[in-house]
Amino acid sequence: MTTRRIGIGEAIREAIAEEMQRDENVFLIGEDIGIPGGFGGAFGVYLGLPEKFGHERIIDTPISEKAIIGTSVGAALMGMRPIPDLQYSDFIFECMDEIVNQAAKMRYMSGGKLKVPLTLRCPVGTANRGAQHGQSPESYFIHVPGLKVVCPSDAYVAKGIMKSAIRDDDPVIVFEHKLLYGSKGRESAGGMDLTAEVPEEEYLFPIGKALKKRDGNSMTIISTHLTLYRCLAAAEELKIEGIECEVIDPVSLLPLDTKTIYESVNKTGKALIAHEDTFTGGWGAEVAALISQNCFSKLKAPVQRIAAYDVPLPVTPVLEQTVVPSIERIKEKIRQLHKMELK
Amino acid sequence: MVERSINLNNLDKELLISLFTDVIRLRKFEDKVYQLFLKGELPGTIHQYQGQEAVAVGVCTALNKTDWITSTHRPHGHAIAKGVSMRSAMAELYGKETGCCKGKGGSMHLGDPEVGMLPAIAIVAGGVSIVTGVGLAFKMKNTKQVAACFFGEGATNEGAFHEGLNLAAIQKLPIIYVCENNIYGASTAYNKTTLVENVADRVSSYGMASKIVDGMNVVEVYLAVKEARDAIANGSGPILIEAKTYRFAGHSRGDAKKYRTKEEEDYWRTLDPIDRMKDSLIENSLIDNEAFALIVKNIQEEIDDAVVFAQQSPFPKVEDAFIDAYASDMSSPTEVQK
Repeated sequence: MTTRRIGIGEAIREAIAEEMQRDENVFLIGEDIGIPGGFGGAFGVYLGLPEKFGHERIIDTPISEKAIIGTSVGAALMGMRPIPDLQYSDFIFECMDEIVNQAAKMRYMSGGKLKVPLTLRCPVGTANRGAQHGQSPESYFIHVPGLKVVCPSDAYVAKGIMKSAIRDDDPVIVFEHKLLYGSKGRESAGGMDLTAEVPEEEYLFPIGKALKKRDGNSMTIISTHLTLYRCLAAAEELKIEGIECEVIDPVSLLPLDTKTIYESVNKTGKALIAHEDTFTGGWGAEVAALISQNCFSKLKAPVQRIAAYDVPLPVTPVLEQTVVPSIERIKEKIRQLHKMELK
Repeated sequence: MVERSINLNNLDKELLISLFTDVIRLRKFEDKVYQLFLKGELPGTIHQYQGQEAVAVGVCTALNKTDWITSTHRPHGHAIAKGVSMRSAMAELYGKETGCCKGKGGSMHLGDPEVGMLPAIAIVAGGVSIVTGVGLAFKMKNTKQVAACFFGEGATNEGAFHEGLNLAAIQKLPIIYVCENNIYGASTAYNKTTLVENVADRVSSYGMASKIVDGMNVVEVYLAVKEARDAIANGSGPILIEAKTYRFAGHSRGDAKKYRTKEEEDYWRTLDPIDRMKDSLIENSLIDNEAFALIVKNIQEEIDDAVVFAQQSPFPKVEDAFIDAYASDMSSPTEVQK
């Protein structure tokens, strides 16, 4: 198998191009995605695709989020496989009805006669962009039966799971982190120049499968996106203190690979969930509750969570990095949990 | 004031009788549903269509069988007019397994993809949002199909109306927007919410064509849609047809309609789409009282059969609650949830 190193943006571009090539029902729809002389979507992911597939299949829209998602739902119901783009995940609140009331429920309401195969791309994450361009809203959507929610954090997973999402017959929301596309211009916000080995050959990464990123016996850390890398860095730095963290990237939040998570927690006896979404009602709460219910007899300490504090996101770096989990804050939490023992 | 007598436009007798029969079918179906609802046989709530039948029948008759419609929280008439059988519609209202949505949709989500109707969308203007995609799929696949989107005048103050019509106009999508202006959004009169006199006046801002029709006249509605359909299927761009109509029933159960005057109701009763059509057919010697009685008798039998079918059908199995949320196998509750 031949591989090369590419970033998440390029990986997703390849996934979309391959699936558009493979299935003529796949198309892109959104704002600023195919304008000649434009920027190929908010993060340049679609550059080069209009030249290859034409503007019939890369449809630029007005600034109309409800129409973008409504159109995608309708087209999906008629057998197309739309990939709508929302530029920033914060804009998803403009079209909650189309996602929550329509996309997620049409199949059930029809008694299973219909399906809604759409793949919605939503970039998340702080990047000195503040309260309305930096949120991580994935937790809202794991509360909606009928949806699938995935959070790829590296190029290999991103390409494979994007392809799986496009082929999936249910609506899938793909949350990607802005600071994992590449660091250029985003150094102060903590942007990472992240690449991964990605095969030249076609492959899929399944929805619903977690990945173990690091082995350890002291505790299990469960995290996604930028926070995942901060957890990995924290785990590395704490080796010298004799703490060995196992780190799991759940990849899919809905469905959740509970088997992998429970196996790890049953082994380590301790769990810490870390995410950039706010604390209260974040997906970490759900995972914590599941672990408490299913791994209780093996737990040696209460399940811990670390998340953005419950405030809107500030812009200035000193405040922003106070609010979201930093490596230092994660290390401190790990140390605390390491010391905890149930009597 | 609307001219009461209906110009039959020399249409085929067979077509005219079919339009007339369907208008009565919708009315009698709704009247029966009302009785059953009051008897406590049907779960939930109902929003009834009496008075507006000419719109659904005119539109759906003018469409091709392969065309699609979207509907609203008031969908019974649209469903029957598009071809959902009375049996499967009635069974759905009863919450039975044999219903068109296996009992999972109920009154407000009545519909059946098998006859070209999405489950009705009970969020106001929700269908306006989705129909753009139905039209886009037809355009991309070059199928020459058309989508008709039913909604009330109340939906035109939703954001989805603006976004959806604008996108459909730019993309020249094969969509017929059918605004059933029955004057009231629940209890709120149109003129309390909107200063322009007609919904149709609004759509010039999208560069879209529009037409106002007498929504109590099934022939006029039929002809307007018939005239528009083929050009729209071939890419001329969407149209909005505003049908001026009136619901004889309240908004939903328990609506005593105290926000309307008797004079207003009496006026609209003079435009009852059944009586007007019957008078015009008799004037033109296309029907007599005997033929009319036979039509009604046949419809009554169809309805009685549907009720018996629904009553005798089984309820869904308890396990059925857990299927159909996903196409893939992930709907069943985990042990944790139990």
